[in-house]
Amino acid sequence: MTDNYEVRDVIDKETLSTVKSVGDSYKYGFSTDIETEYAPLGLNEDIVRLISKKNNEPNWMLDWRLKAFNRWKKLKQPDWALLKIPEIDFQNQYYYARPANMKEKPKSLDEVEPKLLETYSKLGIPLTEQKKLAGVVEGVSIADPENRKVAVDAVFDSVSVGTTFKDELKSAGVLFCSISEAIQEYPDLVKKYLGSVVPISDNFFACLNAAVFSDGSFVYIPEGVRCPMELSTYFRINAENTGQFERTLIIADNNAYVSYLEGCTAPQRDESQLHAAVVELVILEKAEIKYSTVQNWFPGDENGIGGIYNFVTKRADCRGKNSKVMWTQVETGSAITWKYPSCVLKGDNSSGEFYSIAITNNMQQADTGTKMIHLGKNTKSRIVSKGISAGKAQNTYRGLVQIGGRSQHSRNFTQCDSLLIGNKCGAHTVPYIEVNNSSARAEHEATTSKVDEDQLFYCMQRGIGEEDAVALIVNGFCKEVLQALPMEFAMEAQKLVAISLEGSVG
Amino acid sequence: MLKIDDLRVSLEEEEKQIIKGLSLSINPGEVHAIMGPNGSGKSTLSSVLAGKDGYIVDSGTVKYDGSDLLETEVEKRAALGVFMAFQYPIEIPGVGNMNFLRTALNSQRKTRGQEELNAADFLKLVRSIAKDLEISDEMMKRPVNVGASGGEKKRNEILQMCLLEPKFVILDETDSGLDVDAMKLVSKGVNSFSSSSRSFLVITHYQRLLNYIVPDFVHIMVDGRIVKTGDKSLALHVEETGYKNFLQLGKEKH
Repeated sequence: MTDNYEVRDVIDKETLSTVKSVGDSYKYGFSTDIETEYAPLGLNEDIVRLISKKNNEPNWMLDWRLKAFNRWKKLKQPDWALLKIPEIDFQNQYYYARPANMKEKPKSLDEVEPKLLETYSKLGIPLTEQKKLAGVVEGVSIADPENRKVAVDAVFDSVSVGTTFKDELKSAGVLFCSISEAIQEYPDLVKKYLGSVVPISDNFFACLNAAVFSDGSFVYIPEGVRCPMELSTYFRINAENTGQFERTLIIADNNAYVSYLEGCTAPQRDESQLHAAVVELVILEKAEIKYSTVQNWFPGDENGIGGIYNFVTKRADCRGKNSKVMWTQVETGSAITWKYPSCVLKGDNSSGEFYSIAITNNMQQADTGTKMIHLGKNTKSRIVSKGISAGKAQNTYRGLVQIGGRSQHSRNFTQCDSLLIGNKCGAHTVPYIEVNNSSARAEHEATTSKVDEDQLFYCMQRGIGEEDAVALIVNGFCKEVLQALPMEFAMEAQKLVAISLEGSVG
Repeated sequence: MLKIDDLRVSLEEEEKQIIKGLSLSINPGEVHAIMGPNGSGKSTLSSVLAGKDGYIVDSGTVKYDGSDLLETEVEKRAALGVFMAFQYPIEIPGVGNMNFLRTALNSQRKTRGQEELNAADFLKLVRSIAKDLEISDEMMKRPVNVGASGGEKKRNEILQMCLLEPKFVILDETDSGLDVDAMKLVSKGVNSFSSSSRSFLVITHYQRLLNYIVPDFVHIMVDGRIVKTGDKSLALHVEETGYKNFLQLGKEKH
């Protein structure tokens, strides 16, 4: 037995006991009582100008936003997903909210309002430059031979409140800051790449984001640099009735590498809230990006009241030859999830991977999957999707694999597994496969199964309680995806899997 | 240790009584074998004792160490020392054997108010048991019962038994699907585990397992009740003459 194996084993066990200690099913439902400054309610050109002004943006950025806004007015909300979306009144939202004392952006973490720091520490995200890990489950200690550091950019409502390890990263040549900062500090990079993967008019929600995005993260890894630590952004929606529209742009230059983590939570509120983010990844020759998400927005209560509407556009552009991207997502939150992290495999020999766990319980709905667009020669893609439905939830995998006429000898492998808990939920698989040349190969495997009574009984006969048994079985079902996550996220994800399914049996 | 009194059990799905008035008393240290033809209710008995869903107890009681077993939750029964080696051990994809074993052991310890076993002590314990049962490290790393042969699965059941140290063990057709070598290995495991404080209920269709695990009592079960009780020679008698004489006994009792 390898050491690695034993460590993993310890975590599994710790995870199960941690789950037991979590009283409330949604642990992050608290709100921070902090004075908040809002833009006026609703959306019009003035609001777009106001957001731009709040961020001290140059004119070119404002023009870009206005172009997006004018385009958005002509677009219609898409309705092709297997989702029942209540009508969203886009004029009855706030598009900008920031803690009042963030008017002057803090120059360092020492200047950040203690209440904000406290919020993040309550979430398990210490905004200090100690050797701590982002998103680590409290009470779990693991042997950490490398003393791995994780740099965090914390986004609270519409603004970034601070970024850790900035200086250390800078000395390695890595640029990691909020996107609002990047627009001012690195305008050439932003101009060159912003909107180059997800164009302004890509889709309704991406277009809205382009008009009103307030902050987000920016990463640039220069040629030949392997980012010395994991980077992460932690998104927190706090203000009521406010949408969060963040924009993330990550560029890995030739031969560069970065692993990036994203986490999100929101308070428990009766009103639903809108979240429409855009993430763009640019991967140049022989570069690699790993992007992991643990999405844990408030899912609404068991009757479907409240919760986040999550409409997200994520896309990676493998521009260079031999470039690589890996999306890993664990989707446990949100009332509605509409999200298809995609890979455009332009460079010859480039590869894209998508690993996903989507869990829906109670009244949650998820329509999620990926797009693999093969354009270059010898490109490879792999999709592993694990959908889990419990309660009255509906869970859809929607995926497109497209292999172009010039994409000779390209290959795709897709595996889509669905697991049902109880008999009131649903799982759906909607794969689209388009292969336009004869040398390409696409494979698709799909299974649907139920949490087996015999498996549960077997575990329980050995002394494992019912909820622990479900968590164990479901974590086993998700194993391939959990293993694709960085260690610290894998732990949080396992815990989340269990919490999300609490009360789903019996 | 275990006292079953006039137990009657039906299937939940159809109104059909499977166990029709069964009484049995098992003292600490005793090995009881229940033999019977297919459909006599042997497996129903083991399922009901372990607490599987799908059965209705129409009447009768089962006392285990003084407490009402039928009212005790499945995982609680396990923690109290009731263990069933499954006829068809269940596969759990993606869940490693070690993780499963440790979760089970520590869940039981927790229920009993004992401290959890730490990773190092646990590994030491499991490895020594696995070695005795000739279970390889490679097998221990696999997901629970996935891709294992029939013999490997049964050995795995015995490993779980030795690790969890139950007081009352039900071996449900543990011999089915085993070749002679595997049966010897499994029996060796059981015999080295038996003690004056542990009791066994061996459920089997054939006599051959009882050459290796020698019973103190042999009960013949026909049509939901015990029709004859004897010592180990009764099993040999069945081997020679089959169940047909006993089938008649079952009918007379109606």
